[in-house]
Amino acid sequence: MTDNKYIVGIFNDEDVVMDAVQKIRSKGIKIHEVFCPYPVHGLDHALGYERPRMGVSAFLFGITGTCLAFLLTFWTLGIDWPMNIGGKNFFPFPTNIPIVFELTVLLAAFGMSFTFFFMEGLGPSVKPIIFDIRSTDDKFAMAIDLNKNTVSDSEITAFLSEFGAEEVNVKEV
Amino acid sequence: MSVVSPIREHLVTGGKTYHDVTEDICRHVEAKPTKEWKIAFAISVLVLLYGGGWVLWTWWEGLGVWGLNKTVGWAWDITNFVWWVGIGHAGTLISAILLLFRQKWRTSINRAAEAMTIFAVLCAASFILMHMGRPWLAYWALPLPNTFGSLWVNFNSPLVWDVFAISTYFSVSCLFWFIGLIPDLATIRDRATGVRKTIYGALSLGWTGGARTWARYEDVSLILAGLSTPLVLSVHTIVSFDFATSVIPGWHTTIFPPYFVAGAIFSGFAMVQNLMLVTRVVYKLEDYITLEHISLMNKIITLTGSIVGVAYITEFFIAAYSGVEYEKYAFINRATGPLWWSYFGMMFCNVMSPQVFWFKKLRENIVVSFVIAVVVNIGMWFERFVIIVTSLHRDYLPSSWTYFTPRMGDIGDYLFSFGFFFTCFFLFSKFLPVINMAEVKAVLKSSSEKKSNH
Repeated sequence: MTDNKYIVGIFNDEDVVMDAVQKIRSKGIKIHEVFCPYPVHGLDHALGYERPRMGVSAFLFGITGTCLAFLLTFWTLGIDWPMNIGGKNFFPFPTNIPIVFELTVLLAAFGMSFTFFFMEGLGPSVKPIIFDIRSTDDKFAMAIDLNKNTVSDSEITAFLSEFGAEEVNVKEV
Repeated sequence: MSVVSPIREHLVTGGKTYHDVTEDICRHVEAKPTKEWKIAFAISVLVLLYGGGWVLWTWWEGLGVWGLNKTVGWAWDITNFVWWVGIGHAGTLISAILLLFRQKWRTSINRAAEAMTIFAVLCAASFILMHMGRPWLAYWALPLPNTFGSLWVNFNSPLVWDVFAISTYFSVSCLFWFIGLIPDLATIRDRATGVRKTIYGALSLGWTGGARTWARYEDVSLILAGLSTPLVLSVHTIVSFDFATSVIPGWHTTIFPPYFVAGAIFSGFAMVQNLMLVTRVVYKLEDYITLEHISLMNKIITLTGSIVGVAYITEFFIAAYSGVEYEKYAFINRATGPLWWSYFGMMFCNVMSPQVFWFKKLRENIVVSFVIAVVVNIGMWFERFVIIVTSLHRDYLPSSWTYFTPRMGDIGDYLFSFGFFFTCFFLFSKFLPVINMAEVKAVLKSSSEKKSNH
């Protein structure tokens, strides 16, 4: 097992960490991840991540739901066992809109959420790597993977302190 | 230079830091249950057991234990169902619609409101099971093949739409609530030890709060809000179709969907108001659920109360304007017939009582807010009773005109739903954070008193 060595800078404030992310990246240092107690708007952009596109999965699952619901109502009432209800059409489309709508929403919501869990590797038996336990409370933890950077660890530590980190720790995973 | 906004009060008072938020909200999850909690929980469980006995008796003996008769074949059971579903609209409304409108004040109340929604929808579902008479055949409402014993369900029926709407609403609300809980469960996990760490660890799904995860999480929340908004509106619309697609005078009106949705928001906010007013005192959360929150909730209660008021008057106008004798009679009978007291109760509680909130003093008074919220929920129960019973009790044949009187079966089953609701709510308020910590922290910097001291 290879040991990965991380330098973890602990920040106190969202604006300071945002600023530090930009400065660290401008020094050519790759940031592994920044862990925050709450969503900081624009941080993903500052870290150079792509804009999240969870809507794509919601749309695909939603359209699947629409088709399945339409097939269900059409096949059962129109083909498998047509029933004469008040002399109306066997398959009046407007009265099936509620079912089609509900199943669209159901599949879109669950499909997207489980896609999210899958993409982020979230699950009940997952043992997370926690760089700093305070990052779910009140601190912002910036983790930098030493194996993926050519800059020396003392330099990174110096940069982190200079850019506002209140502590700098080393964590081996 | 600091700029003070005159428009908004601070959402979080008391100069809280991020760590204070964690401490204040985790405290009640981590501490041993208090004596007050135990007493309140015990009372809820007793009511649940007593009502549960009546529910079992209803199933054993049949629907004859209710006060129904030949003319009034649908009364408290469906009234209670619609009432609970209506209450169950506030949670998703607060978290979804207010999220889309970027209303930051929702952060302190959305968690409890969503939990309340889930329990209220379960209470509503229990009435469906109760008035099926043979609840062990409940699966007949699902689309199962006819070789299974029955034909396919009739997808043209609003009752089948209801099955789909309410089960979708329930599942999506649970999902939305759970996704909102994940970061807070991780906070509790990182403070806990032993068995609690294992349980909260499994529930938090290994959340670490990386920036990429947060970005996607925000995207998921926004899209879920976008999906839930039409969903929440569709649910009460479809509940109103149960009546509106019938041919009974007094039910057969096109105004029902918007009128029911407004009423649902109205009663739901009133229930949230009641629960939050108690929670903030019991858990000492006055800095998070401030007078500003109470005042904003009261404004929405006044607005939606006035909307239902307009709907009541519109119904009368349309009945008169239609020229249909039966339609006209149904409404005159509603207001002046033998059940006039329920109509008066509805008008007084729903339309008149919330108008006191036009005065700022009363809007920010805790006792007044609590009392009016209770009155509103009584009024909303009356509204459903008025619509259902007064439209039925005098039908087309005067010889079959009757009155409706509830029997212990009706009352016992209603008590069951209260016991169930409060038992669930007390369990929630003990084991899960009642306020969304991550969202409160996210608005802390822009809307608390000490803006730059974190």
